[in-house]
Amino acid sequence: MKKLLFLALAFVFLATAAQGKTLKMALDADPESMDPHVQLSGGMLQYTHLVFDPLIRWTKDMKFEPRLAEKWERIDELTVRFHLRKGVKFHSGNPFTAADVAWTLDRLKKSEDFKGLFTSFAAPKVIDDYTIDIVTTEPYPLVENMATYIFPMDSKFYTGNDDKGLPKDAIVKTEYSFANQNESGTGPFTVESREHGVKMVYKRFADYWDKNSKGNVSEIVLTPIKENATRTAALLSGDVDFIAPVPPQDFERLSTNKDINMVTMAGSRIITFQLNQKKKPEFANLKVRQAVIAAIDNAGIAAKLMKGTATPAQQQGPEGFDGYVEGLKPRFDLEKAKQLMKEAGFEKGFEATMIAPNNRYVNDEKIAEAVVSMLSKIGIKVSLKTMPKAQYWDEFDAQVADIQMIGWHSDTEDSANYSEYLLMCPNKETGKGQYNSGNYCNAKLDELVNKANVENDRAKRKALLQEVEKIAYEDASYVPLHWQNLSWAAKKGIDIEPIVNIMDFPYIGDLVIK
Amino acid sequence: MFAFIVRRVLQAIVVMLIISFIGFALKQNVGDPVRELTGISVSAAERDAIREKLGLNDPFLVQYGRFLKGAVLEGNIGQSFFYKKPAMEVIVSKAPATLELVLICSVLIVVLSIPMGIYSAIYPKRLLSRLIMGFSTIGVSVPIFLIAILLIYVFSIKLGWLPSYGRGETVNVWGWESGLLTVDGLKHILLPATALTALMLPLFVRLIRSEMMEVLETEYVKFAWAKGLPRVRIWFVHAFKNTLLPVITVGGVQIGTMIAFTILTETVFQWGGLGFLFLEAVERADTSLLVAYLIFVGVIFVVVNTVVDIIYGLVNPMVRITGRK
Repeated sequence: MKKLLFLALAFVFLATAAQGKTLKMALDADPESMDPHVQLSGGMLQYTHLVFDPLIRWTKDMKFEPRLAEKWERIDELTVRFHLRKGVKFHSGNPFTAADVAWTLDRLKKSEDFKGLFTSFAAPKVIDDYTIDIVTTEPYPLVENMATYIFPMDSKFYTGNDDKGLPKDAIVKTEYSFANQNESGTGPFTVESREHGVKMVYKRFADYWDKNSKGNVSEIVLTPIKENATRTAALLSGDVDFIAPVPPQDFERLSTNKDINMVTMAGSRIITFQLNQKKKPEFANLKVRQAVIAAIDNAGIAAKLMKGTATPAQQQGPEGFDGYVEGLKPRFDLEKAKQLMKEAGFEKGFEATMIAPNNRYVNDEKIAEAVVSMLSKIGIKVSLKTMPKAQYWDEFDAQVADIQMIGWHSDTEDSANYSEYLLMCPNKETGKGQYNSGNYCNAKLDELVNKANVENDRAKRKALLQEVEKIAYEDASYVPLHWQNLSWAAKKGIDIEPIVNIMDFPYIGDLVIK
Repeated sequence: MFAFIVRRVLQAIVVMLIISFIGFALKQNVGDPVRELTGISVSAAERDAIREKLGLNDPFLVQYGRFLKGAVLEGNIGQSFFYKKPAMEVIVSKAPATLELVLICSVLIVVLSIPMGIYSAIYPKRLLSRLIMGFSTIGVSVPIFLIAILLIYVFSIKLGWLPSYGRGETVNVWGWESGLLTVDGLKHILLPATALTALMLPLFVRLIRSEMMEVLETEYVKFAWAKGLPRVRIWFVHAFKNTLLPVITVGGVQIGTMIAFTILTETVFQWGGLGFLFLEAVERADTSLLVAYLIFVGVIFVVVNTVVDIIYGLVNPMVRITGRK
């Protein structure tokens, strides 16, 4: 009898071992679609890294790592040549070639969400099956950054009409489309089943090219859990193995828990306030802007309000980004702030309005309230209105308030992107300064950013972007608060440390579960 | 009789028109769905083009007219932007979860509130009665999400007995995704059902108790005691039967409230039903789905009320006559 039991146990053990490991994962959102080009969002990029594969990808220390492109070289000012990996198969079984890369790039330029990022890309030149030249219309230093967005799609699979007679390659945002419900990428996982907003199951792709990867996850069950408390509870009760993000109020609880492995790092999303110089003439005065920055204890907000889950900032891009300037000093100094207000002739202060979202950034409403009380100390009486993000952006665009909150993450993981959207002079035609509700405008800064955007020499470009950050700092062009920290937590034995990164797309294909 | 039915049905249609109009007016103020459908760096012009394509730039009445036409002629009450499917399909697929939750709660409430209410009415001074009343006070005053989080903390995190979120395994029975037929599904429903019951139960216990106490004081019950009838007969047949009428009336109204309260329960427990759907739709500014949800719930209430009215009219001609004036 005992022997039989032992045998049965051994069999069960072997069976589970052979099946590989299942990772039960809870994130705050699931991908909006199965079509990688339908929307540019964090959830979509996380998905795309599982099911598709980029030409190259970011490493943890912000360098590039070959994926479907084995190596690449700049041939001239306008061209970068990519040498593609041989013997890669799509999930449909079709072989991967340069034609797929060209097809994908063409589709990216049709996508409403991505075309803006690919405006300076011309049609690529296919040299042979495994070599492709990516050509830009003007010198463009971010070809590699953008190559991390090129996830080749199976051009044969997505060509033609589906059984409803609709084109398979259509990019459709709100209705059925073939690409919204079917996938064929080269990635480590295939989509086994998907119930939008409820559950998604991925299976490891047996023919995956990367045999060197130590990753041993054979199945991922992804559940979106938006409610913070529920997500933490699911991890603590063992219903899931891996959660992200960790709600700030649970940081301490999870990091001190022996059975939980938590990883955090400074993210690249900067939280700022913009001071509208057009709407509120007082803010056109440099001294007033400097006073506002000096009155706000952003390190205090990061430490107390965010409980250490944010990194105080004096500039837009975080450390590791090209524009990062070492040693920009914190400016909080209440006495100096009062002095500056006096010098500007506003000793008695003035009134101003402020808007902020209440469900977009971590603790957004509380941060706004804290800033209101800090500004009251230098006589600026702020009336604050907060609202859900669904209503916020229209108000933001209409510039209804004198002080407006905005957080920004650079899609290109590059410093210039922040300035382009947040600081450059608003210009309807070029689309620059689209989110510059401060109406800050400095020709010198614009010129530097524009120059950096066509500078292929990395060192020169770095100097230009650092110059931009310095000008923005001197000019007190906006109020920087902090970068939100990123966070992930998993059960012990799930080694998430090596696979998470500042871009917040975990490379689960390489995840090792002991 | 025929005229009465026609009048009721016409009234129902008018009510539905008003609901759809209000829903549609609300939709204009919830926010911009296109923001939720695009990355933040997408240009304003591009966004406007999408809005144009979705018909969101048209004047309010044009949009409303188009909606009514689709609803009446094709039975199409809109397209969910987030789910990329017809709104009706989405709502119907989420309904079973909520209905099962409400069903289990109703059963629990009936099974628990009747004996508790009767007991505390018959023996109001006993310790157990006082305990029941004490707990019901707590139940009424503590917010449901607190109860829910407490339940998760005790039964999922500390004891590890029950799952903390989701519906678990479901079985498809003639198109109805049921979680009540699997052990896993039943385990999942236990905590949310308990939370919801904890909120609704006190009301019914108190209602049954006070009604019953009143009835026990009436002349005919006293007369029954005087006749020397057995206790059980007096309590259950004479007294309780008369307690039931007001309880059923209130209960009917409370089903509506219950559906509203599932919104909070479903959010905390990640229960994939209608309440969860509604809240998410608000957050995502999935405006078409919101309107569809309001219409769907409206139709249920209106149909139930109309049918009840008609049945009342059939059973009790007095109602018809007073209605005529």
